[in-house]
This record gives sequence, C-alpha cells and structure tokens, in this order.
Amino acid sequence: MLKQIQQLGANTLGTLQGLGRATLMLFGALWGRPRPLKNWHLYMKQIYVVGVLSLLIILVSGLFIGMVLALQGYTVLAKFGAEQMLGPLVALSLLRELGPVVTALLFAGRAGSALTAEIGLMKATEQLSSMEMMAVDPLRRVIAPRFWAGVISMPLLALIFNAVGILGGHLVGVDWLGVDAGGYWSAMQANVDFQQDVVNGVIKSIVFAFIVTVIALHKGFDAVPTSEGISQATTQTVVTASLAVLGFDFVLTAVMFGG
Amino acid sequence: MEFGLDKPLVDIQNLTFRRGDRVIYDDMSMQFQRGKVTAIMGPSGIGKTTLLRLIGGQLKPDSGKILFEGADIPTLTRQELYQARKKMSMLFQSGALFTEMSVFDNVAFPIREHTRLPEAIIRTMVLMKLEAVGLRGARDLMPAELSGGMARRAALARAIALDPQLIMYDEPFAGQDPISMGVIVRLIRSLNDALGLTSIVVSHDVAEVMSIADYVYVVAERRVIGHGTPEQLRQHESPLVQQFLQGQADGPVPFHFKAAEYATELMELSR
Ligand SMILES: Nc1ncnc2c1ncn2[C@@H]1O[C@H](COP(=O)(O)OP(=O)(O)O)[C@@H](O)[C@H]1O
Ligand SMILES: [Mg+2]
Repeated sequence: MLKQIQQLGANTLGTLQGLGRATLMLFGALWGRPRPLKNWHLYMKQIYVVGVLSLLIILVSGLFIGMVLALQGYTVLAKFGAEQMLGPLVALSLLRELGPVVTALLFAGRAGSALTAEIGLMKATEQLSSMEMMAVDPLRRVIAPRFWAGVISMPLLALIFNAVGILGGHLVGVDWLGVDAGGYWSAMQANVDFQQDVVNGVIKSIVFAFIVTVIALHKGFDAVPTSEGISQATTQTVVTASLAVLGFDFVLTAVMFGG
Repeated sequence: MEFGLDKPLVDIQNLTFRRGDRVIYDDMSMQFQRGKVTAIMGPSGIGKTTLLRLIGGQLKPDSGKILFEGADIPTLTRQELYQARKKMSMLFQSGALFTEMSVFDNVAFPIREHTRLPEAIIRTMVLMKLEAVGLRGARDLMPAELSGGMARRAALARAIALDPQLIMYDEPFAGQDPISMGVIVRLIRSLNDALGLTSIVVSHDVAEVMSIADYVYVVAERRVIGHGTPEQLRQHESPLVQQFLQGQADGPVPFHFKAAEYATELMELSR
C-alpha cells in the first residue's frame, strides 16, 4: 500500500518534471526574435514533411469516415422519416468532433511519431550536441520550425478532413441511398452555425495541434539516446498524445457545447 | 583587450565535476598551449568526452575554473558562451554529420549560419576545406554513403569551416582502419600547423597520440597521473603511467572490477 502511494507520488513528480522540461524547451525555441525570413526554407520544408505528407492518410480517412457516417446516420434517420437531416448530421459530427479528433489521432500516429524518432535520433547521433558546439541553438534551428509546422498544418488538415468527409457523406447519402441532393446541402446550411460549429471546431484542432506537436517534440528531445530509448519515446508520443487529445476533447466539448 | 599570446588558450584550474554521487574529476588542473597539439589519454569511461563538453560549456563544473582566452566558460552568459563557441570546434566521436544534408551542405552549414556571405564565396570556402581533408570529390555524397574514415574527415572539414582557434577531437582514431588512421594522424598535425590552431586530442590509442602530441596528460582515477612531452612520459617513474603506456592488462590499475573473492563466490554457487 505504502509502496503504491510512493509510486503514485513518483509518477506524479515525473509527469510534472516532464511538463516543466517541455515548457522550458518550448520557451527556448520560441523566445526572442523569430527569424522566419532567414530560415523560411526550414519552415517550408517542415510544413511539407509534417503537413503535405500527411495529406493522403487524411484524405482517405476523411472520405471513409464521411461515408460511414452517412450510412449509419441514414438507417437511423430513415426510421423517423428524417432522411433530409442527413446533411446536418454528417456535417455537425465532423465539424464538432470527428474532424479535429480523428485528424489529431492520425496526426499523432503519422507525423508525431516521425518527429519524435527524428529528433531522438539526432540526439543519439550527437547531431544536436554538435550543432550546439557550432554555436547554433538546436531549439531554434530544429525545434521551432517543427513546432510551427505542426501547429499550422494540423488545423488545415482537419479542415480538409471535414470537407472530404462531407463529400463522402454526399457520395453515400445522395448518390447511393438517394437522399435529395438539394436537401442535403440546404439542410446543412440551415443547421450549421459558423460561430458555434465551424469556429469551435477550428479552435479544438488548434489546441490539439499544439498538444500533439509539443508532446512529439518533447519526447524526442528528452529521449534516452539509445535504440530502446527512441523506440520507447516514439510509442509514448502516440499513446500520450492520443490520450491527451481525447481528454482535452472532453473538456473543450463540455465548455463549448455543454450547458 | 588582447589576451596574452604566451598564456595558455585553455586553462583548467582545480576542476571538480560530479555526475550524481560519482566524482568524475577531483580538483584537476590542465593547460593547453596555443599552437600546440595537446593530448589527453586515459582509459575508457574516465570522463574524457565529459571534459571536452565542460570546455565547450555544455556541462557545468561543480567547482573550479575553465578559462578560454581568459574568460571563465561556466560563468559566461548564454550570448557570451555562443560567441566563445564560434572560436572553438569539436569533432565528435561519431562525426555527427547532419544526415539529411550532403557533405557540401554539412561543411557549408556553420558558414551559412554565422555569416551572410554570397553563395559563390561559400562554395569556394567549402571546396577549400574539403580539399584540405581530401574529400573535394565527395561533396555531393550523403553522409550515409561515406565510410567511417571519410565521415570523420568530412566532419573535420565542417569543424574547420569557420577557422576556429581551438579544435577538440574526441577519440579521432577509434574504430578506424590503419590507413584512415594514418590519414587522420597526419591531418591533425598538418591542420594544426598550417592553420595555426590549438588542438586537444582525447584518445586511448597510445601509439598514435605519442606520435603527434606536443604535450600529453594521462588521466586516471579522477585526476592527472602524469604529464609531459611524449619523451618525458616514456621516462616517467609512475608505474601507473607506465602500465597505461605499455598497455599491460594488470598492474596498479587492476584488470578485475572490484568483486568478492573468486573462490568464495564459486563456493557459494555450489551450495
Ligand atoms: N549523460 C550522462 N549521464 C550520466 N552519466 C554519464 C553521462 N555521460 C557519461 N556519463 C558517465 O560519465 C563517465 C565518463 O564518461 P565519458 O566522458 O563519456 O568517458 P570517456 O569519454 O572517457 O570514455 C562514464 O562513466 C559515463 O558512464
Ligand atoms: Mg568518450
């Protein structure tokens, strides 16, 4: 019993220390005069690696999730003769929840794990140390561009996910199951509120982008510089980031849509 | 204020450094004279890499001074430290080339980061440095395509890209085949003399070190156990130094890690 309490205390302390180190890392990376002009090619490259290369998985997943939503929604709505509400159902589910959350989870698995592994390996092969010895701050040079690339790319990916999902819903609902095309769009327009649904969804995905990117960068930067250390850090990125996204999603949903 | 040229470039005074409870260095002092190749020799795990990181300001000592051009490295502000680092250079054991850049871009990296020179001049500078290490023809290769010896030479070209005053080599001979070993031995000497560098070489390869160093420190058991020119060291009366230089397995430094009596332990097992 005493042991378990000790363990709990140690874990809590460890988590807090990790949070502290992550904050310091972020602070070091972002504090001071940003130099996007001198390093803009670095930012572009990272947006390409982190964002553009994640496009395919986002497009495919968005399409299928939209199609499944339409299929599932249709069977329920048809029971009540409310097929024309299929548009709002698909759009609201995507904009409010599935777009930001699923994008964040996919992003953590696709880009987050890659970021962690890359930075962990740079640390293990002394590339970060040697950069430091060349009087180049690895926080500014390596961490900062990746941070901004993640924070900028992910909300855009979530928007793309939503758009493709809505098209997927159209594909199944209208083209296959025969819901009225005009009704699909007009009911959607009538029931989706820009402020309440679109903006809140975007806010969610910005928060998730921040969480996932910081966790990925921190786990890599803090990795034990060995093969096991890096593989552990990569796993931890995916697990921690996914759980954090789901937890924050609940909180944000409660604040935005509850009550 | 111009710092006296007769003073050592790096002056370590009464350095104490611990990792956790373990004392790595205890009240150790060393001097590195300008224009000379000074070697630090000692068994693995004694803290040689650690010492280079202390000089580079990546670690902070528990007490003592590390003077570089008269400035105490651990007390510098971040900005001053980064200025000081532009005058020093470290060749890591692994080479630590940036894996996503070509050899050319690796060598150009410090120049691009710290100067605003036009690309044509950068190209000339990079080619000169690559020529100096014999890798001008390999400029378009990626680090993964280089052999171990070539990678280390490419890293050396990068280390001298901005004409530092001090260059620190961490185990430059470890894991090299005899030919690239010879190449690196000659490069360290010739770069030191041609560029007017001050070199610190950390190694446990006795023969190579004794052949190029102007001055040698032998480190063991948290302190300097002997120092002098290679000739002086060969005559050194300390049995510890002699054991290390001649590579005897057993002597004042025991071959066996501290353990219980062998026979006792075997008996325990059979019980
Ligand atoms: N990051 C670290 N954390 C804790 N201990 C370390 C770390 N790096 C090195 N050490 C320990 O410090 C000692 C000296 O290491 P090092 O300077 O690498 O030795 P050398 O280069 O002489 O082989 C070693 O025993 C090593 O285990
Ligand atoms: Mg070492």
